[in-house]
Amino acid sequence: MGRTLAEKVWDDHVVRHAEGEPDLLYIDLHLLHEVTSPQAFDGLRKSGRTVRRTDLTIATEDHNTPTIDIDKPIADPVSRTQLETLRKNCADFGVRLHPLGDTEQGVVHVVGPQLGLTQPGMTVVCGDSHTSTHGAFGALAFGIGTSQVEHVLATQTLPMAPFRTMAITVRGELPADVTAKDIILAIIARIGTGGGQGYVIEYRGEAIEKLSMEARMTICNMSIEAGARAGMIAPDETTFAYLKDRPHAPQGADWDAAVAYWKTLRTDEDAVFDHEVVLDAAELAPFVTWGTNPGQGAPLSAAVPDPASFEDPSARLAAEKALEYMGLSAGTPLRQIAVDTVFVGSCTNGRIEDLRNAAAVLRGRRVADGVRMLVVPGSVRVALQAVDEGLDTVFKEAGAEWRHAGCSMCLGMNPDQLKPGERSASTSNRNFEGRQGKGGRTHLVSPQVAAATAVLGHLASPADLSDAAVATPAGV
Amino acid sequence: MEAFTTHTGRAVPLRRSNVDTDQIIPAHWLKKVTRDGFEDGLFEAWRKDPEFVLNRPERQGATVLVAGPDFGTGSSREHAVWALQNYGFKAVISSRFADIFRGNSLKNGLLTVVLPQPVVDGLWALTEADAELAVTVDLVARKVTAGQGERRVEAPFELDENARWRLLEGLDDISLTLRHEDDIAAYEGGRPAFKPRTLAG
Repeated sequence: MGRTLAEKVWDDHVVRHAEGEPDLLYIDLHLLHEVTSPQAFDGLRKSGRTVRRTDLTIATEDHNTPTIDIDKPIADPVSRTQLETLRKNCADFGVRLHPLGDTEQGVVHVVGPQLGLTQPGMTVVCGDSHTSTHGAFGALAFGIGTSQVEHVLATQTLPMAPFRTMAITVRGELPADVTAKDIILAIIARIGTGGGQGYVIEYRGEAIEKLSMEARMTICNMSIEAGARAGMIAPDETTFAYLKDRPHAPQGADWDAAVAYWKTLRTDEDAVFDHEVVLDAAELAPFVTWGTNPGQGAPLSAAVPDPASFEDPSARLAAEKALEYMGLSAGTPLRQIAVDTVFVGSCTNGRIEDLRNAAAVLRGRRVADGVRMLVVPGSVRVALQAVDEGLDTVFKEAGAEWRHAGCSMCLGMNPDQLKPGERSASTSNRNFEGRQGKGGRTHLVSPQVAAATAVLGHLASPADLSDAAVATPAGV
Repeated sequence: MEAFTTHTGRAVPLRRSNVDTDQIIPAHWLKKVTRDGFEDGLFEAWRKDPEFVLNRPERQGATVLVAGPDFGTGSSREHAVWALQNYGFKAVISSRFADIFRGNSLKNGLLTVVLPQPVVDGLWALTEADAELAVTVDLVARKVTAGQGERRVEAPFELDENARWRLLEGLDDISLTLRHEDDIAAYEGGRPAFKPRTLAG
């Protein structure tokens, strides 16, 4: 019987297989950041162990880093200690680090791909659930806990229990105003936050194949919000073109050998998935969340649902609690929800195409009075590219704040936070209670919806702008 | 890791689904560089409400958390497991756990037990009616027991044999893996040259 893409990558990394034991998998790339690594390095020290493969390991600073005044000492002493701890650990153990202020610094899941370190057929891990992002290249990439970080540092392997396979096929052609973010939000609303549990999802179908690499990363990024172990997309010419000539892409004969291998990384015709889901692209629309988990979403044209409409008692209770927390009433049209803050950034939507798409909507327009808009590029490289294209000027002229690279308001570990009761439209990945700041209320949206929302002051899509002459989105 | 064989303790019924790791331990707690001292951050936002179940005097000292489905979703932060353990929990029962949280819990000796939702409903009813009721989570016999008479709950649970063995013995994964260092070296010898490296040379 044929094998799926995920099974092929898995099989190519089995170091040891024994009945009744988890497979021991080799890890091709280990990404580190300041939050989930200190206790792992501490563990290595206590047991007198070293990092087995510093040449397959790379670190950056992202979760805690400020996005203003980055040339000044970090105000929060605890944040500062954590960054200093990472610097010391990387120096002591010989790990390459891109610290705050470095040209290659940025959100770890933006940095790996832009350096060309993320390639098809690799196993990629990081102590961060959004490691699933790298699956866009046809890599098997998953988030791990700190004990596993220590395990990978010490052994470059992980014992892994087998997974199940799920195909999510998006058939046909996307409507012009529908983005990758809308696709993945619609998928999560359909299968639920636990729907992918135990699965590696492969996204396929015409609508997926037409997406740019960056849009594919947005989709795979939020696989974890569907509960999946990982998300993958088979590598193709789009993937190869993105990788060609990146700093760590193979060169010369190695490139040819790599591409020959990468071309084998497709699910066989006769492979069988454990579960299949099919969506019609034509039925998709701009999508936003109304609740406090990423599965609580609806098309922008809908209204806040009535909890009583949920058959499942735990879903009904969750909806009641969500509406209470979000300060929303059933039946309110989503377009009438006013926001205080708009956040464009994160490992979900902080890449150059995302900034282009937001800027295209904002060009020649103004952020509404009383609305604060933060634009936080995913990496220093993304920021430099944006400046090169004049996007920073578009944002600033519209009245938005143009910030330095980092995770920022996605999780509010740095000073970029919502105040209690404040409401945001955010291009990030989680609308959990308090995620963006204690008492903060988050609506997950695409960069285009974020920008239109900033202009109108309430949830909106670019089509709602009266002078809706907006360029076709790049990449979608 | 501390071994887990069997544990008996009082329970905290937590009637919520989708308890994500941001709720279990908010991000601002993640700046610590140790594995301890997270107990005060556990469910921090909800604990501001004096009526929150964890704040009730009769729940003090409870060690078994009985939660709704999709517990531990979201961020991979192992701090969520440490916070539950630092607070004193030895086991968590739910009808469904997020994968990463489950993996983290079993690596730290916090037993996460999957039981069907009707059984969880039964445990909620029992432990809400009687805060003193003891719940036993027995990894040797692979079953959860609580209560007596008609309302007694006795439910078997599954856990893969390898994970169970490691918990029962309190074994450290890294030591186990390093027994196979020859296999790792052999695999490394056959890796293709085109695979990227982060360091030159």
